[in-house]
Amino acid sequence: MTETKDKSAEKERIAARLAEIRAQKGDSLRLDDVAAVVVSLMTTMEGELSAVDIKLQRELKELVDYLNQARSDLAALRSGGFDGQSIPAATDELDMVVAMTNDAASQILDCAERITDLAAGMPEDMAQKLVDISTRIFEASNFQDLTGQRITKVVKVLRHIEERLGAMALAAGETIEHARAATGIETKVKTDEDLLHGPSMPGKGNTQEEIDALLADMG
Amino acid sequence: MSVDKNMWVLIVDDYNTMLRIIRNLLKQLGFNNVDEASDGGGALAKLRAKKYGLVISDWNMHPMTGLQLLKEVRADEALKATPFIMITAESKTENVIAAKQAGVNNYIVKPFNAETLKKKMSAVIGDF
Repeated sequence: MTETKDKSAEKERIAARLAEIRAQKGDSLRLDDVAAVVVSLMTTMEGELSAVDIKLQRELKELVDYLNQARSDLAALRSGGFDGQSIPAATDELDMVVAMTNDAASQILDCAERITDLAAGMPEDMAQKLVDISTRIFEASNFQDLTGQRITKVVKVLRHIEERLGAMALAAGETIEHARAATGIETKVKTDEDLLHGPSMPGKGNTQEEIDALLADMG
Repeated sequence: MSVDKNMWVLIVDDYNTMLRIIRNLLKQLGFNNVDEASDGGGALAKLRAKKYGLVISDWNMHPMTGLQLLKEVRADEALKATPFIMITAESKTENVIAAKQAGVNNYIVKPFNAETLKKKMSAVIGDF
């Protein structure tokens, strides 16, 4: 009888602790808080345990170990260089790559335009050769747009990782300035914005011939 | 029907380098009357101010994308017959379908060459 009362009191204590945490943190709990509640729950279950209870207790123990490991990993991540500044620095570097290739492409185009201008004063056969050369340069300069778009995609991914790591660190009790609460997965209707995939990797998107065939099929 | 190479062509892209490339390729194809816009909104304003024989537009631009520009053009009584070529890195099937449904006349995937540009232009405005 006394044992039942003790268990009941412990359950009430855990429920009160959960309510207290929820009131303070909402539904986003720190790993420490989750682990504390799990440990309390395991303590409550000690005593008359069935096989199912023992299995559950083992699962809970593994959960606690997992949470502690996650917390250690995050701590190691910070000491290993994730200080909330590394990723922004990397994205700045990539932005610089885009700017520099843009400058280089601009100079290449200046030269190609000069060649075209020179062609105007040349005999016809020579002029055609020069125009052909400048055309090749214009065509090859497509690269700048595509590399720029690809790098922009990578920058977006890095920023997303930065946000998620910040949110995880916050959950583990870290205090990184950039950490923001993780957002839930939204179910939404596709918009025009959702169609912006950027350049595809080789073999992933459609080739010009496939697009032509697709358009022809659509009438 | 012969193509009037003196017609005005509007090229739309938010990458200045791409605008220069397309302008130069058009020049080499004999089209010297070329205007530029860096996004859909700027393009729409130009389209409403002057008669253009062809629009060649990128897709991925902000704030108004090439697809939104295309939809605006097709919804405008005065502009809806304007030939429109999408020239973009977006090569997924859903993109092509969306552009076609919005009324695009042809679709060029980047990177492209002068021959492809000429071929697609010919398919839209006639041989030149």
